[in-house]
Amino acid sequence: MDTAVRPRQSDRAQYGLALALALVGLYTAFDARGLTVGFGDPVGPRVFPYVIGAGMILLAVLLVIAAARGDVPEAEAGEDVDLTTPPDWITVVKLVAIMVLNLLLVNVLGWAITGAFLFAGAAWALGSRTVLRDLLVGIVLSVGSWYFFYSGLGVPLSPGILDGIL
Amino acid sequence: METFDLLMGGFAAALTWENLAFASIGVLLGTLVGVLPGIGPAMALALLLPVTYGLDATQALIMFAGIYYGGMYGGSTTSILLNTPGESASVMTAIEGNKMAKGGRAAQALATAAIGSFIAGTIGTLLVAFFMPTLAEQAVKIGAPSYFAIMMLAMVLVTSVLGSSKLRGFIGLFIGLTVGLVGLDQSTGQARLTAGALELADGIDIVVVAVGVFAIGEALWTAAHLRRRPLDVIPVGRPFLGREDWGRSWAPWLRGTALGFPFGALPAGGAETPTFLSYITERKLAARKGRSDEFGHGAIEGVAGPEAANNASAAGMFVPLLALGLPVTATASILLAAMQKYGIVAGPTLMTDQSDLIWTLLASLLIGNTLLLVINLPLAPVWAKLLRIPRPQLYAGILFFASLGAYSVNRNAFDLALLLVFGGVGFAIRRFGIPVLPLILGVILGPLMEVKLREALDVSGGDVSGLFNEAIAIFVYVLVVLAVIVPIVLARLKPPAELVPEMQEVDR
Repeated sequence: MDTAVRPRQSDRAQYGLALALALVGLYTAFDARGLTVGFGDPVGPRVFPYVIGAGMILLAVLLVIAAARGDVPEAEAGEDVDLTTPPDWITVVKLVAIMVLNLLLVNVLGWAITGAFLFAGAAWALGSRTVLRDLLVGIVLSVGSWYFFYSGLGVPLSPGILDGIL
Repeated sequence: METFDLLMGGFAAALTWENLAFASIGVLLGTLVGVLPGIGPAMALALLLPVTYGLDATQALIMFAGIYYGGMYGGSTTSILLNTPGESASVMTAIEGNKMAKGGRAAQALATAAIGSFIAGTIGTLLVAFFMPTLAEQAVKIGAPSYFAIMMLAMVLVTSVLGSSKLRGFIGLFIGLTVGLVGLDQSTGQARLTAGALELADGIDIVVVAVGVFAIGEALWTAAHLRRRPLDVIPVGRPFLGREDWGRSWAPWLRGTALGFPFGALPAGGAETPTFLSYITERKLAARKGRSDEFGHGAIEGVAGPEAANNASAAGMFVPLLALGLPVTATASILLAAMQKYGIVAGPTLMTDQSDLIWTLLASLLIGNTLLLVINLPLAPVWAKLLRIPRPQLYAGILFFASLGAYSVNRNAFDLALLLVFGGVGFAIRRFGIPVLPLILGVILGPLMEVKLREALDVSGGDVSGLFNEAIAIFVYVLVVLAVIVPIVLARLKPPAELVPEMQEVDR
C-alpha cells in the first residue's frame, strides 16, 4: 500500500525467497515420485505432495511477478523492534552460534551446564555487560529447571557430566 | 436444564483445593508470560506446555484454562501500558487504552479491560456449554466430504480475509502444509520429506514448530532490530472503576461480546475482525451522543468494547475446536496439540466418549476466568513492573525456556536443531511480511485434510464426485467461493474510504 508514496522502492531479497520456495516445492514433488501407490487406493500418498509442491512453485512465480512490480513486504513491527535501523546481523549470528553450541553439547555436558551458558551467552550477545550476574541467573534457571523436571514432572533431562552429582 | 446439571458436574470435578491451586498457578504463569513484551497467548501456551507433563488430563486442562486466560489478559496489559500490541487482536485495545494510560487513567483502562474480559469470557463459555451438545449431535452426522470442505473454508478464510497480502497469506499456508507432510504417510507408512532421517518419521511436533516460529523467530527478529532506547512504561496503581466508568463500560462489554462470539465460533480465524468492528461501533455510538471528540484521546468505550470482543471470540473458538476438532487460531492449534498429548481426541465423538472431560474443561474455563479477575486486578502494579525487565535478559530468558520446552518433548538434541530451523523460518516470515497463522493452521490442518480426502475418495472409489455428495459440503464450497469473490467485488465497487484513516492510525 506504500507503492503510491514510494514508487521506486523495491525489495530484491524477495527473489531469493521465491527461489527458496520454488526449490522446496520442487523437492516436495520430486520426493513424492518414489512413493508406491497401493492396490485399490484411489488417492495414494502422492496426491498431496504433488498438489502442495505445485502450489508452492506457483506461489514462487507469483511472488517474483509481485516483486518485479514493486510490491514490498510489510516487515513485522513489535514492542522492542525498531525497523528504522538496518538489521544487526552480528547479534543474530552470535545468538545462532550460542544455540548451536547448546544443541551440540547438551548431551555431553548436560542441560544444567549448557542451559546456564545459553542464558548468559544470549544475554551477552544482546548487549548485557553484567556477565557474572547473568551467569548466576543462568545457573539458577538451568539447575532449577533440571530439578523441576526431574522431581516435579518425572522427566529426567540430560545430566551429562554432572551425572551422579545432581 | 440437562446442560446445567452437566456443567455443575464439571464444577464438582474441577473445584477441589488441589485443582484450584493448579488453576491459580496457571493464571499466574499465563499472565507472567503473556505480559512479557513480544509474547502473545499462543506463545505463552506453547512455552508453558511442558509444565503440565506430569499432571493427569483433568489437572492439565484446568491449568491450561488458567494459562490461556492469563496469557490473554497479560497481552492486553502490555498493549495498554506500552502502546505496543503483541498480537493483532490487541491492536484496537492499544489505541484508546494507551491514550487513557497517558492521561493518567491507566488504572481504569486496566480495570475495564479485566472486567470486560471476565464478562465476555463468562458469557462466551456459557454459550459454548449450551451450544456444544446440540452441535456435537449434528457434527456426528457430518461425513468426510463435508469435513474436507469445512477445512478448506477455514484455510481460505484465514488466508485471504486476514492480513494485507493474500499472496503472502498463501505462501504461509503452503509452508505450513509442506511441514505437515513430513513423516510417515498415515495409511501406507511410507516416509515423505524425511530425507532419510529417522527422527522425522513421526512428523514434526507442532510444539517445536510453534515455539520455533513464535519464540525463537521473535527473539532473532528482535535481536536484529533491537530498540536501543528504553520504552516508557506508565506506572499504575490498583485498577478500579468509578461510577461513571461503570456506566460507560457495561454496554460496550455486552456489544463486544455479541460481536466477538460469532466470529470466534465461525472458522474465520481470530479476533482481528470483531475487535475492529467493536471499535468502529463504539466510536459511532459515541458520536451520536456527542462524545466523539473523546475518541482518539482515551475513551473508555474504546477499551471496553474491543477487549470484550477479543475474549468472547477466544471463547467462541472452542466451538469448532471441541465439536469438530478444528482449530481456527494459533492458540487453538496449541490447545489441540496439548489435548492430543493426553489422548483426548477433539471432534464430534468427544461429547459422547469423554463428556466428563469437556464439562470439566468448560467449568475450568469459568473458574480460570474468575480467578483471573480476583488475582490480576490487585497484582496489576506487579505485572507493570515486569515490563521493565532489561531486554537482553528478557530475550535470553525466552531463548532459554523455548529450548527447554523443545528439548523436554523427546529429550533429543535433534529437536533443538529443528527448533533453530523453525526459528530461521520465523525470522524469514517476519522479514517478508508473511502471516504466522496460516502457517500454523497448514501444519495442523494439512494432515487432517489428507485423511478426510482419502476417506471420501475411498468410499467413492476414486470418483471426484465423492467430494460433493453431501449437502453440507456443497453449501460450504459455495461459502468458499463467496469468501474468495466477495472481497474482490467489494473492492472494485467502492474503496472502503472509512477504513483507510482507521488503518493508518493502527499502522503508525
